[in-house]
Amino acid sequence: MNLSVIAVPLIISLIFAWGLYKRVNILDTFIEGAGENLKTAVSLLPTLALLMLGVGMFRASGALDALTGLLSRFTDAIGFPRECLPLALLRPVSGSGALAILKNILDENGPDSFAGRVASVLMGSTETTFYTIAVYFGATRVKKSRHALPAALTGDITAFLLSSLLVRLFFGFTAR
Amino acid sequence: MIGYLLFFMILGSFAYSMWAGTSAEVSAAVISSGADAVSLVLTLAGSMAVWGGVMKIAERSGLTEALTRVMQPLLRLIFRGLKKESEALRSIAMNLSANLMGLGNAATPLGIEAMRALEREENPRDAATPNMIKLAVMNACSAEVIPATVAALRADAGSRAPMEILPCVLLVSFASLAAALAAAELFDLWRKE
Repeated sequence: MNLSVIAVPLIISLIFAWGLYKRVNILDTFIEGAGENLKTAVSLLPTLALLMLGVGMFRASGALDALTGLLSRFTDAIGFPRECLPLALLRPVSGSGALAILKNILDENGPDSFAGRVASVLMGSTETTFYTIAVYFGATRVKKSRHALPAALTGDITAFLLSSLLVRLFFGFTAR
Repeated sequence: MIGYLLFFMILGSFAYSMWAGTSAEVSAAVISSGADAVSLVLTLAGSMAVWGGVMKIAERSGLTEALTRVMQPLLRLIFRGLKKESEALRSIAMNLSANLMGLGNAATPLGIEAMRALEREENPRDAATPNMIKLAVMNACSAEVIPATVAALRADAGSRAPMEILPCVLLVSFASLAAALAAAELFDLWRKE
């Protein structure tokens, strides 16, 4: 048995069992939470429409291929799949943009390909860095965020370097 | 910033397509982009609704509370120099548990509250304190236990095992969080001298 296969059903069962034990109204609570998130998902649509337009045009024109071709000279050396470069570039800047790119990568290369897995890991293990730092310091009176951004970007670079390495480690070195 | 980026992408696509002769493809991409956005939202909406429901049960049954209590002593190792009954530390713990459980909507307001509490307790003049920096950095790194959104997109694209990336995601998340916090500490030491 593989841990990743059991994790989700196990967590869901535990949460439901604990909820029942604590006498939470499972039905109403679930519906309330589901409804809230459904509204959030729908509210993403206008932004995603715009980003899909930009990403779609950029990809269809061939400009994206040209850009990744240029950058891949450096990233091929560390074994990072060039298909995932657009994701690595856009991820720290825009969450919706990264979603749009991830969907493209998964549809084009297949989710269980090397590139598909690296893209999934990169997406799942990083955040919209620039946005987060801006929101967090925007809420305070301090004017200088000092080394917050460089430190956060160190995390992003670590994730970028490790994602392709760990996918090889878990799913085989010859995978491509 | 994202506005400029889109402006560059759209104008750049137009210019590049004129040069590369791919205008027909770009035109088709414009027509289909709206429908692509809708299908992406449909994929996301289902999984987000299910997780929202499950996590609401976790929240109501006090699981988030319990997680918050367990985490506080650990967080003291990262956020140092706070009072014993620190309101900020409690907010930080709540923010992190919400992040761990994938409650993105709840995590941001809690994090901002924690940021303001730190500001009240540490009273910085115009530059951020080390603890404020660490809190922002922690939130700029992903700490989600179940990558539900990614798994939903993988399932939609026909993956045999959408969740098989889970161990990789956890390891990479943890390593990048550790690297980012270590970088924050190092920058701090370096700037003090």
